[in-house]
Amino acid sequence: MREISLVGGQNAAGAKMNFTITDQKISDISSKVPGPGANVLDISGSIVIPGLVDLHTHLREPGKEDAETVASGARAAVAGGFTAISAMPNTDPVADNAGVVEQVFSLGKAAGLCDVFPIGAVTQGQAGKQLAEILAMHESAAKVRMFSDDGHCVFDPLVMRRALEYVKMFNGVIAQHAQDPRLTIDAQMNEGEISAKLGLKGWPAVAEEAIIARDILLTDHVQSRLHVCHVTTAGGVELIRWAKARGINVTAEVTPHHLLLTDELAQSYDPVYKVNPPLRTARDVEALREGLADGTIDIVATDHAPHPTESKECEWSAASFGMLGLETALSIVVQTMISSKLMSWSDLIDRFSIAPAKIAGYPDQGNALEVGNPANITVFNPNKSWTVNKDLAMSKSRNTPFHGMELPGVVTDVFYKGKQVLRDTKIVSGS
Amino acid sequence: MKRHLLSINDLTYDDAVLILDTAAELAKISDAPVKKLPTLRGRTVVNLFFEDSTRTRISFEAAAKRLSADVINFSAKGSSLSKGESLKDTALTLQAMGADAVIIRHNASGAPARLADQQWMTGSVINAGDGTHEHPTQALLDAFTIRKHLRPENKDLTGVKVSIVGDVLHSRVARSNVLLLGKLGAEITLVAPPTLLPVGVEKWPVKIAFGLDAVIADSDVVMMLRIQRERMAELFFPSEREYSRQFGLNSDRLRKIKPTALVMHPGPMNRGLEISADSADSLQSVIVEQVTNGVSVRMAVLYLLLGGAPLAAGANVESNEKVGM
Repeated sequence: MREISLVGGQNAAGAKMNFTITDQKISDISSKVPGPGANVLDISGSIVIPGLVDLHTHLREPGKEDAETVASGARAAVAGGFTAISAMPNTDPVADNAGVVEQVFSLGKAAGLCDVFPIGAVTQGQAGKQLAEILAMHESAAKVRMFSDDGHCVFDPLVMRRALEYVKMFNGVIAQHAQDPRLTIDAQMNEGEISAKLGLKGWPAVAEEAIIARDILLTDHVQSRLHVCHVTTAGGVELIRWAKARGINVTAEVTPHHLLLTDELAQSYDPVYKVNPPLRTARDVEALREGLADGTIDIVATDHAPHPTESKECEWSAASFGMLGLETALSIVVQTMISSKLMSWSDLIDRFSIAPAKIAGYPDQGNALEVGNPANITVFNPNKSWTVNKDLAMSKSRNTPFHGMELPGVVTDVFYKGKQVLRDTKIVSGS
Repeated sequence: MKRHLLSINDLTYDDAVLILDTAAELAKISDAPVKKLPTLRGRTVVNLFFEDSTRTRISFEAAAKRLSADVINFSAKGSSLSKGESLKDTALTLQAMGADAVIIRHNASGAPARLADQQWMTGSVINAGDGTHEHPTQALLDAFTIRKHLRPENKDLTGVKVSIVGDVLHSRVARSNVLLLGKLGAEITLVAPPTLLPVGVEKWPVKIAFGLDAVIADSDVVMMLRIQRERMAELFFPSEREYSRQFGLNSDRLRKIKPTALVMHPGPMNRGLEISADSADSLQSVIVEQVTNGVSVRMAVLYLLLGGAPLAAGANVESNEKVGM
């Protein structure tokens, strides 16, 4: 029997509580002080929350292991307080069949640091033409429930309709990267005053909103489930608010970087700020924060997108899209949503753990901290701060836009299935 | 002056006027029997051209040579660039060769800014046209040409009415000219179909016109931009004929312009599309003179960035000692 008691911390409501973990489960939550000889971890000043769950992670394995592997991504996840991540299928080969999703799933198991749930491609090769073998992926060992052509939009309305219908067989969900490809040919950044000044091709908000609107209507028509990836525009938030008011089964995510950064940063021409969908305006940031606070946007998802140095150390238009996210996500959300008093800690737990686990149907994740529940737990000290240093990232890549920023709150300890995988901010090596 | 010239925004009003004044002084050298100054002897200037541009490259080369600099031409064709060497490695190579200034033309907007910001090299970076961003020395030579003809006694271009006509959206010349001519007091009208105007242009300090007829009689300068035929396939306008009818400078319109007005074009021209042959060759046309003035203006830029003593009275170039090691 393995037992450890976390003492001196508090729960999300601010009540002082000691948490005892026995084997894989939470065995006690009370003010009871463990007796002498007990295995105790002093977490005074920290908050204990359910392990974070990310529905949007790029792990680059198979195919681009110089940027990230499943194992290095899992280390980054744990350092950021996650106990479950979701591997997007845009690998090489694409995760559009049972073989690749099982490979990624088993690599996650082998890393042993957190759950790694593969997301399957909607269409073969993410080409948007033929449906991938969705059922085979669902029935594989990876038990895929969420499907996405992320990076590519499922643009053909008929393909999107069929995909939405097909996943109803097992209450699956289609996660759409909403980007009209015709309106975003060679697009480089948000279309607006800044893009006009910089001479960079624009990615207009309407290219996102038009697809969101269409998909909402399709989802209603076929009575299925839609998840909108990384909403970035005020108009997108409005459309989702409208859909929810109509009772349409749509959920949505926002990334930490879209909650904080704006397109003004592109003026440096530093591609570390190049991301898809792009950084938008301050007005959009405000709408995204409001949407997350009022629940229009259900969850935070990182869109963690590692790239090797040479993919960013170049001209803007030649650079890859994407930025790291796992290790900074919680601090960014604390800064933008908690420090600003837009959300409470229990809201944060909902958006970052409970709701994502529910959307994707992940077993043993996103559970309330209650006796008998699986011990997937993150300890977070909100009174400390840290300065992001890209060279200390657990990820294999260095493309963080937050380098040098001082952020609030430090993830100190993480327990995955009762096993301590992060101890005093250091990874405890995997199984 | 700043160490680099990446955008017109790098220049203050005084910097811009100083460049024009210095160019006016240096222009005299072009008329002298020996067209050479020893100012930049021993300095190395690299022409780094990732895009074909014979006229801009030759202009910079002539400018550098008239100041006695050593000039190295480095073009994408026939060098390692076409084999996929990165901008960074190219910059490190040039640094290792001891380039005091790099004149860069690149099809990616912001490429010169990357060269300057990343500290891959220590020399001055001069933007010779980057993507659809800026082309500052073209704007400077345009300002020089306009001042010489229309405001010969003045420092700046206050009150000059300039119409910039054509594909503003994709034009680095237009962007730099809006910034520079505006800084110098000109009143600018952009003349283009809405498809070829940037998003948010209504917030720029310019007027907008959707046809050349509306502005032709009142313009002091008619600056025609090159329209690329590919834009038609990208749905920016329905046909060459319709574009030309609404926005082209043709014989009929040429008759309406003021006798003192200037017809300008940054080149290369599509004769018969945005500009008719008789307009390009008219008395009002200063298109060939723009090329001549380009050399003087680029001499002035190199001179001021790489550090000669002030030529014009009251000139202030105190930062020059720090550059070019």
